[in-house]
Amino acid sequence: MSNTGINWFKYSSPQAFHLLAGRMIPWFSVVSIGLILIGLYIGFFVAPTDATQGDAYRIIFVHVPAAWMSMFLYVIMAIWAGIGLGLNARPSFMMAQAIAPTGAMFTFLALFTGSMWGKPTWGAWWVWDARLTSELILLFQYIGIILLRSSIDDLRRADRASAVLALVGVVNVPIIYFSVKWWNTLHQGASVSITAAPTMAGTMVTAMLVMMFGFWMYSIAVTLARVRCVIADRERLPSWGKQASMADVAEAR
Amino acid sequence: MSQPSMSEALRGVVRRDLLLAMRHRSDVAMSVFFVVIVASLFPLGVGPEPAVLRMIASGVLWVTALLACLLSLGRLFTADYLDGVLEQTLLIPQPLAVLVVGKVFSHWVISGLPVVLLSPLLGLQFGLSGDSLVVLTLSLLLGTPTLSMIGAIGAALTLGLRGSGLLVALLVLPLFIPVLIFGAGAVTNSLAGVGSEANLSLLGACFLLSLAFAPWATAVALRIALE
Repeated sequence: MSNTGINWFKYSSPQAFHLLAGRMIPWFSVVSIGLILIGLYIGFFVAPTDATQGDAYRIIFVHVPAAWMSMFLYVIMAIWAGIGLGLNARPSFMMAQAIAPTGAMFTFLALFTGSMWGKPTWGAWWVWDARLTSELILLFQYIGIILLRSSIDDLRRADRASAVLALVGVVNVPIIYFSVKWWNTLHQGASVSITAAPTMAGTMVTAMLVMMFGFWMYSIAVTLARVRCVIADRERLPSWGKQASMADVAEAR
Repeated sequence: MSQPSMSEALRGVVRRDLLLAMRHRSDVAMSVFFVVIVASLFPLGVGPEPAVLRMIASGVLWVTALLACLLSLGRLFTADYLDGVLEQTLLIPQPLAVLVVGKVFSHWVISGLPVVLLSPLLGLQFGLSGDSLVVLTLSLLLGTPTLSMIGAIGAALTLGLRGSGLLVALLVLPLFIPVLIFGAGAVTNSLAGVGSEANLSLLGACFLLSLAFAPWATAVALRIALE
């Protein structure tokens, strides 16, 4: 890393990271909007109608990427929490804090779109299937982590306590992922995997992957925007984004 | 004076907590009485139809056990936290996780074991018989220690917070769900005559997993709370 000429540890300082995040947000936003529009276009206009489910299946272009992101973001949040606990690094905790609401949003989105799909296809808004139940637990976990953080006034303890809770909850992620294999209940197994050929038309896979990358970029953009708010809130300093002038500082006082 | 060994320290913690519990016998009696009352409310609310009662028995009794564990979690560390014993406990040279195992064990003896011992009687109230009664007792015996283990993490994380009683419920109940599913599933399966070995094995696995990780997480959480 030393021969790239960039001192990466510089960005472990909240101030420097605040600036860096501000510069990165527009790029990730533009890419995410572009990818989501392309993904939705392929999903709704190019992909063929499903032979058995008709057009109702098209909700999977939102549902599956959202479900992936809900698990993925939890793992990323737990990793940041772990790094924070291990290295005692404040920005890691800020990242974990910033990821939680987005993860909760995607979990809710996965459950919501799933029930929209379930009504026409399974004939029920909700079934107590292993996949659905474990995803619901994931939503509770996100909410629990956010609640625990907000109910502790001491920032240091709030960071560390919610990090422990996030790490404990990681147990649930493999359970969600493998639930369709372990319990043969209503929710179908994975249609896309790295090791086997996908069991659906090529355009459908393309649309799903494009949507996933779109959601991914969206998560990064939103997380960075939120972490900027967190930094600004915690450090209580005015306008790092623009070079803070003396007038700003005076105004803030 | 030589340093006490790990098992001596463990025994000391267990003996102290059980002794304290015996001095406050009403605390123990309360959680037992709570279980009996809640379990008796359901037949009154749902109606005394034996077939219905037999169907809901496993779920109701398991949820009751969950709530009993949850309600007694407040006692796990709070008293020690308030009178400063917990701070001294952190200074003991033996690993904190081992001492936590001792505290959780005595918590289970006080709040979980009575429920296990009472469960055949409550099962009879709900019209369970023979095999299903045995399975119910066995599932609770395997499952309630896991509840205490997981609950200890929540209790340590919320130690000394405003509204910690409600918060601990929100944190811990989602983590209780797998135990509830396997425990109630074991009884339901035995009623259906399918055999409950799979669910009981899963309960055992949950217990071992929580025994391996929960005391350690609780110890970390306690250190964070007392920093």
